[in-house]
Amino acid sequence: MEKESKIGVFVCHCGFNIAETVDIDKVVEEIKKTGDVSYCTDYEFFCSDPGQKEIERAVKEEGLTDVIVACCTPTMHESTFREAVARAGLNPYRCEIANIREQCSWVHPDKKKATAKAIRIIKSIIGKVKLNESLTSLKTPVTDKVLIVGGGIAGIQAALDVADSGHEVVLVEKEPSIGGHMIQLSKVFPTLDCAQCILTPKMVDIDRNQNISLYAYSEVEDISGYVGNFKVKIKKKPRFVDEELCTLCDKCTEVCPVTVTKEFERGLNLRKAIYIPFSQAIPSTYTLDENACLGLAPQRCDECVKVCEPNAINLDMKPEIVEEEVGAIVVATGYELYAKENLAEYGYGENLDVLDGLQFERMLFQMGSAAIPFRRPSDGKTPKDVVWVQCAGSRDPEMHLPYCSKICCMYTAKQAKLFKGIFPDANAYVFYIDVRTAGKDYEEFYQQVLEESEVIYLRGKVSKIFKEGDKTMVWGADTLTGKKIEVAADLVVLATGIIPSPDDKIVKMLNLPQGPNKFLKEAHPKLRPVETTIPGVYIAGMIQGPKDIPETVAQASGAASKAIGLVSSPELEHDPTVVRVDKELCDGCGICVDECPFDALKLTSNTVNVNDALCNGCGICTVSCPKDALQIKNFTAKQMMNMIEGGLS
Amino acid sequence: MTDEFEPTILAFICHWGASAAADLAGVSRVQYPPNVIPITVKCSGMIDTRYVLAAFKNGADGVLIGACQKGDCHYMRGNENAAKRMGLLKEAISKLGIDPKRLKFERIAGFQSVRVSTIVKNYVNELKEIGPLELSPTVEKKFEETAKEVKEKYQESLDKAKEVDVDEA
Repeated sequence: MEKESKIGVFVCHCGFNIAETVDIDKVVEEIKKTGDVSYCTDYEFFCSDPGQKEIERAVKEEGLTDVIVACCTPTMHESTFREAVARAGLNPYRCEIANIREQCSWVHPDKKKATAKAIRIIKSIIGKVKLNESLTSLKTPVTDKVLIVGGGIAGIQAALDVADSGHEVVLVEKEPSIGGHMIQLSKVFPTLDCAQCILTPKMVDIDRNQNISLYAYSEVEDISGYVGNFKVKIKKKPRFVDEELCTLCDKCTEVCPVTVTKEFERGLNLRKAIYIPFSQAIPSTYTLDENACLGLAPQRCDECVKVCEPNAINLDMKPEIVEEEVGAIVVATGYELYAKENLAEYGYGENLDVLDGLQFERMLFQMGSAAIPFRRPSDGKTPKDVVWVQCAGSRDPEMHLPYCSKICCMYTAKQAKLFKGIFPDANAYVFYIDVRTAGKDYEEFYQQVLEESEVIYLRGKVSKIFKEGDKTMVWGADTLTGKKIEVAADLVVLATGIIPSPDDKIVKMLNLPQGPNKFLKEAHPKLRPVETTIPGVYIAGMIQGPKDIPETVAQASGAASKAIGLVSSPELEHDPTVVRVDKELCDGCGICVDECPFDALKLTSNTVNVNDALCNGCGICTVSCPKDALQIKNFTAKQMMNMIEGGLS
Repeated sequence: MTDEFEPTILAFICHWGASAAADLAGVSRVQYPPNVIPITVKCSGMIDTRYVLAAFKNGADGVLIGACQKGDCHYMRGNENAAKRMGLLKEAISKLGIDPKRLKFERIAGFQSVRVSTIVKNYVNELKEIGPLELSPTVEKKFEETAKEVKEKYQESLDKAKEVDVDEA
């Protein structure tokens, strides 16, 4: 089905970016020679206003049916030029980009060769455009609700932003309370605000906001559907305590006979089998730990049930599946610290006086709040000499994590300062490789710690940490003086690196691309930092990469505003370059149905039908069809053949 | 050495991996030889064996398939399909007397701009050693049949994989 076409080719100089290594005149001359093109011209910047106007003019006056702009990558200006031709009355899918900048002029210094290559690239696109057809975007309705996965500061901020702008939110948190890691912190750098004081009002807002449905102690079980129309299954784990009835009287914990280590205190304290993770927990209720409790199947103890006056405890509670429909998803599943077991050379795991950064936060917090004497875990003595080891597991591509975890330098400085504030006579040593303090007011804070708090900074790596008597020996070297250093410490804090939350169920479910270190990949590292390549799925916080609280909050607000933008529109436009089935050719063998990764194809009455909204136009099915019955619109096998011929002519 | 053989490479590159990396190579001005003509496709999983053979027919001395990295496919498994398909095609062209090195399958993640340059540089040198591709009409005639065979073998391997699944279940 050859069509009558008048193709116009517009060759952009991009200032010197293309013109420096590609001979534009030569390109125009050669392209004009090809019989398929009826109009060809060049301009300094076609993306500029006059440049776009020239394209519009040419479409109208020359009666062009198809347009090729030879310029930068299509990810940059394809939409710009498609809009321009649409203004001139042309179907936007009749406009294509020939990438002669990123994939040609910028990478080949030899002008003659780069020019020849640019011509081939354009000829290849001419081959495609010859058979392009007009397409109309598909429209699908949008569910006005946003799913946010993760109830740390990122999820909390995103949820509040979305809810405050009048849209409904489903917030899912796997732990009994929202708050994430931030609620575990003592004070935050560089302002030294108390973390709980600034976070708990936001947590209470989550609880009170009418637009937010909070599912704490819950997990996303399944997600199906597509942008604008996701179907989500959420599993509410049984708490065995009715949130509405519980009055927080705490009588249950008094009688509970089972004691286990407390996760919230990172193992530095104990809790009962029935517990509240911390007093400001939201939802404000107790949770019965299924694995620790003696009372469940078979029932051997019901002490808590007996003392619970409002009858809030129900040992027969079962997991519950709730279904929600949402239009957009924000993934904010956060981080964990690099596993301590990996740092055997630092005695972690065996030596109780070697802590990680979050454990020390909990110690600092308790000192500040409850007048609990500061004691080292092994024997309860008050520590006099504390050593911090920076980059513990970070910036070590051979053994551990290759990247910088970004926040450790600052939290180390903060912890050392707070510690010295409580014990001015104690000694605080910090071993570091470099001190990185990029961030507003961060360098000033660090200088203050150095000068006023008398924290001793030693440049060098620690080679070994081991127990000797009741002391923990730290062996290191000061690379500035060349001296070996040995500190007999009471307590060692490892500023362990950050890893993306190991619970990656949601990542797998949504098929989200991850970088080499398992942090989620943004759609563009510079320009689309809160979007993913999966339409309708946004990211915020540490799951995308190590960052501090202000950056997390900013990214969460960014993700929220993207999600708001999506669910605010009543319907969505979907790329129409999806697969088409030639019913004449299709014999209903069904091979393609299995090949489709998106369940977009269905076999009904011996032929294949396409769900356009689910089809991503990847073309995987087209190659599988034994009858060539499947073709991607505007990317057909014939077009591919034309492109190959054009590119090699 | 003005008349040194300069091989022509047709590169089918996936939008999310290799093409993104090639764009990044441009932005970072990572230079490489201009012998390679890029055709960006949405997914390496849509590259038909016939496209590769058509490239040979139309004068390519080598064909480079730039897929994304393992587990990185934007369409879940298109890159693995391509790996399998191109593996079979390599065997098939070698039977036709075409050096299997003339078909190269590489995995390139969107951020691996330097890798683009390294791969192209090495491939150009490799092809210079092999020399230009000369196709006899008899070999060309067999292309259609070869494409069909590869398609069937590919399907067989899928069916076999399915059988294994059933057995395991």
